[in-house]
Amino acid sequence: MSRRVAITGAGMVCALGANRKDCWSALSRGESGIRPMTIVDPAQLRFQNAAEAIAFHPGDHFDDKELSLLDRFAQLAVAAAKEAIEDAGIEWTPALQSRTAVITGSCVGGQNTIDEGFVELYRKNGARVNPFTIPRTMANSGASHICMRYGLTGPAWNVSTACSSANHAIGHAFWMVRHGLADCAVTGGSEAPFNFGFLKAWEAMRVVAPDTCRPFDKDRKGLILGEGAGMLVLEDMEAARARGAQILGEICGFGMTSDAHHITQPTLEGPASAMRAALADAGLAADRIGYINAHGTGTPTNDGTETRAIREVFGSHAAKLAVSSTKSMHGHALGAAGALEAVATVLALRNGLLPPTANYVTPDPACDLDIIPNQARALQVEAALSNSFAFGGLNAVLAFRAAP
Amino acid sequence: MPDTTERVINLIAKTQHLDVAKIKPESTFEELGLDSLDGIQIAFALENEFDVNIPDDALPSLKSIGDIVKGIEQLQAAKSAAAQ
Repeated sequence: MSRRVAITGAGMVCALGANRKDCWSALSRGESGIRPMTIVDPAQLRFQNAAEAIAFHPGDHFDDKELSLLDRFAQLAVAAAKEAIEDAGIEWTPALQSRTAVITGSCVGGQNTIDEGFVELYRKNGARVNPFTIPRTMANSGASHICMRYGLTGPAWNVSTACSSANHAIGHAFWMVRHGLADCAVTGGSEAPFNFGFLKAWEAMRVVAPDTCRPFDKDRKGLILGEGAGMLVLEDMEAARARGAQILGEICGFGMTSDAHHITQPTLEGPASAMRAALADAGLAADRIGYINAHGTGTPTNDGTETRAIREVFGSHAAKLAVSSTKSMHGHALGAAGALEAVATVLALRNGLLPPTANYVTPDPACDLDIIPNQARALQVEAALSNSFAFGGLNAVLAFRAAP
Repeated sequence: MPDTTERVINLIAKTQHLDVAKIKPESTFEELGLDSLDGIQIAFALENEFDVNIPDDALPSLKSIGDIVKGIEQLQAAKSAAAQ
């Protein structure tokens, strides 16, 4: 069995807004959500800016009893899933609930909860930690809470592949619906990386920019960490049409590869072969792609390597491709990054408007792609890729088409 | 107290599991087979050993033992100047 797979709902919460509408509004205006950090006091950190979901208020979505069991990363996951499911207008039946998969991506799960526990033990010399530390910290808690809230009893799990987590999750959900292993899927990713211990770990990695995220810019100094969640509802295209559902777009390809090279340094071949695999899976010739939502972290290493990989895969068509990194606006939300970018890509195809690379000042000859500097471009493209390349050399690329 | 060069060499030998006799003051990272991730680990060890803060953007320019020694001495001089 091989079916076409429709995207019938999408939810998004990040530094650009607490819902998809506000996020898209900022993306289409090229407005960055990178601001001085507030959740953690940056006095003891080398970087001061972050892409925090400041418009997200947990109390708007959960009561206090529910919140006691939800780390911030799971709150974000459930909030985005709720928006996506309401957007899709699904009427749940026991049959559909048992045939719906929930596949999420998160790099570090409930780090905030474990960090609070460590402060209690090591700094305050406390004797015990929050009794819900385990259920809040486990990286599948976002997926589990989505299942419980909507009674979804089909296959459900969480993928943790660093910065590719959400793309791996969405890709597997897509394949399950395409091949009839599920009829519907709620899929995406969520991340909430702002706690002192985890930020110190990023500081030690020396890849976070002291200023802002400037992907493909000659003066790029690194990534800016972000938080948020993106969720999609995927359905069999024919079933979605039969019930008169809105079709936001089509997910049509997924490719994944491993560099098998170095734990932090990317290769050219790994990302390139993942893009080729996604095109082959989609049955799309390279020249059908009009837009790539790049991994585009803003680190010196990634953006140059990604540029060369795109040139290798697309050859002369690379000159006609529009490429942008929306991380310049919503930051690098790690395990949620691919999900935020998937929603951005689907909306770009739906609205005929390509979001820009914000904060762009100085061209870099090593990143000589058409990167849509600073201002969104009104352009209806037929198909698009969204790239995620993780530490550990794990690459995952999704292919999307505009709604038929 | 051993001089800065000797301390740097000992530290790199220890953190990178290299034979100390094979590290010379003029050795480059490339000759020693060290990559950027090793550089991050060395910077961390240097910061602890010399009680200095090495800026992120200084790392790419550190390509040899000599570069490190010079950089550490500059950071120490700046630190003692700031303390006075």
